[in-house]
Amino acid sequence: MKLVLSGNEAAAYGAMLARAEVISAYPITPQTKIVEKIADLIADGRFKTEFIKVESEHSAMAACISASLVGARTFTATSSQGLLLMHEMLHWASGSRTPVVMVNINRAVAPPWSVWADQTDSIAQRDTGWIQYYCESCQEVVDTIMQAYRVCEDPRVLLPAMLSEDAFFLSHTSEIVDLPPQEELDAFLGTYEPDVRLDIDNPRSFGSLSMPHQWYPEFRYKIQEGMEHAVEAIERVDREYGSLFGRSYGGLLDLYRCEDADTVIVAAGSMCSTIRAAIEELRSEGVKVGMARIRVFRPFPTEAFRALAKDVRSLVVLDRSFSMGSEGAFFSEVKAALYPLSDRPDVRGFAVGIGGRDITIETIRSIITDSLRPDTGITAQKWVGLRRCEE
Amino acid sequence: MKKTIPDIELMERGHQACLGCGAAHAMRYLLKGLGPKTIAAIPACCWAVIPGVYPYSCMDVPLQYVAFETTGASISGIEAALRAKGKKEGTTVVGWAGDGGTLDIGIQALSGAVERGHDVKYVCYDNEAYMNTGIQRSSATPFGAWTTTTPVGTTKAWKLSPKKNIVEIMVAHDIPYACTASVAYPEDLIKKAQKMKDITGPCFMHIYAPCPTGWKYPPEKTIELARLATDTCIFPLYEVTNGKYRITKRIKDEKKKDVLDYLRMQGRFKSLDEGAIQSIRDHVDFEWARLLRKEECFGEEQ
Repeated sequence: MKLVLSGNEAAAYGAMLARAEVISAYPITPQTKIVEKIADLIADGRFKTEFIKVESEHSAMAACISASLVGARTFTATSSQGLLLMHEMLHWASGSRTPVVMVNINRAVAPPWSVWADQTDSIAQRDTGWIQYYCESCQEVVDTIMQAYRVCEDPRVLLPAMLSEDAFFLSHTSEIVDLPPQEELDAFLGTYEPDVRLDIDNPRSFGSLSMPHQWYPEFRYKIQEGMEHAVEAIERVDREYGSLFGRSYGGLLDLYRCEDADTVIVAAGSMCSTIRAAIEELRSEGVKVGMARIRVFRPFPTEAFRALAKDVRSLVVLDRSFSMGSEGAFFSEVKAALYPLSDRPDVRGFAVGIGGRDITIETIRSIITDSLRPDTGITAQKWVGLRRCEE
Repeated sequence: MKKTIPDIELMERGHQACLGCGAAHAMRYLLKGLGPKTIAAIPACCWAVIPGVYPYSCMDVPLQYVAFETTGASISGIEAALRAKGKKEGTTVVGWAGDGGTLDIGIQALSGAVERGHDVKYVCYDNEAYMNTGIQRSSATPFGAWTTTTPVGTTKAWKLSPKKNIVEIMVAHDIPYACTASVAYPEDLIKKAQKMKDITGPCFMHIYAPCPTGWKYPPEKTIELARLATDTCIFPLYEVTNGKYRITKRIKDEKKKDVLDYLRMQGRFKSLDEGAIQSIRDHVDFEWARLLRKEECFGEEQ
């Protein structure tokens, strides 16, 4: 079935098609349409689920974790300040090994108030033990929700996942979305049946105290093991989804026209569609440029970057976020992944589109022109298009 | 002899509570009332430690340790998932939190949970301060008490504000059932727990649970002290069922003990002067009179 859906509506349909059994969510701009659409689908009798309209995002995540421990498939959605409020519970979700799936609308962090696209909110959650997907289209949102549940509920992974969509550029942009038949999705996804759960017939305790000489480090290590398994699971599930439904997204790192590229742009989210258009223009002018879209940021696609690095001269990394006092996380982590290689490409970093500032084809072209200049020895990340006070 | 307390033990020996811990009694009695088909959520509080260190536990019911401020949200999630799975029937979901986790940091999630009308039971065991972190004042600490953050010093810097009335806050949510209970009156506590189990909808229980470590009294005096709290009308035992008040332990005027008997048993009140003691006495009398009026005006039909 094909429908015209916004990124927000796609998220709501994704939750329904995945048959999320418990949803616990709190409204925040620009995510509100997700909770509204879910409420509509329930009110119309199309979606049978327990929807807890909680009093905060913190409670939204707490309720999802507990529901997941009972054995329910759970879903939530948030954005920006809401995600930041959840931070404590994000750690709790991964520590509890609960495969919660969440859609986050990437929105700038206040102050000053801004509701526009910026990835600082989710990048700031990189150490919480969550799998992180970044989507480029409304279609990818639906498809990735389905894939994420399969990955997260894999007993060797058992970790939560967040899917990010850029505010407005994706959340409020409508496009034709193909929804696969429910029965085929049911067969793809199966049901969530955890081995251990909160169960009156088999009383167990979840999350009790562990002393330094006992098992705490081992529990943490097992989260990392889950992440390592996730690398394989994400790629396998994406391929399987592709063979069943005709759409796959390159696993962790989505490569576009990289085969003969000298320069590869690294980016995530909605700007990647603009980058594709810029690449077409540049290619027609003889510039051999491609794109490596970070589809999954956690686990980090380290091996995929190393494989890519063999054949390219330079990587141009675009961050729609910035780690104050350091640099953009993508820039740092790409460099860290390549460091062990003896023959490394030149890596340049640009902070771009901060707070929703528009990224046009012209923006991308100017970045490429800038990065094609001979190496000046300056490796610091540049902020693109900053205004001056006198303007 | 007829037994007034159920034999069933769902809290086993081997717990890690302090000697004389009121909260340990409270859990044991509560579970006798709620029975084995119970799922519990416990946030940061003394009871995050009392069940034991992994992989040991004194608890015979499934238990999720939850974040400090999330008890209300966590039990909402458990209840919703049980319903989604068709397993809610016959299962009791209980949140068990201390006074800080209930009256302070957890009040938002608690308010949300009961307002939404989940079929959950929320029990606050009240030892009148943050005892697990080492006796810091909470909004349940009564006026006049010493704690490590109301250290009296040379300036009478004891707790200056009154204790927050959490039961009335719950009553204001228009929930089916809210009550107080005390470890000194186990039959009353268990009866109320059984009543909560049988009610569909959000219920709240506030248990008075003395703490010898934090209140500075000998551990063997826990039950005596708890009984005095009720007999002085400092902590009256009552229940509010669908808005109707009923005092479950009636204290006749001639039997009512003076607050001084209660205060002087505890080191935390040792610095109080006559003026402070009189203001506590006046406050207790005022609150007791108010509760009697509530029962008179909004009591159950005779």
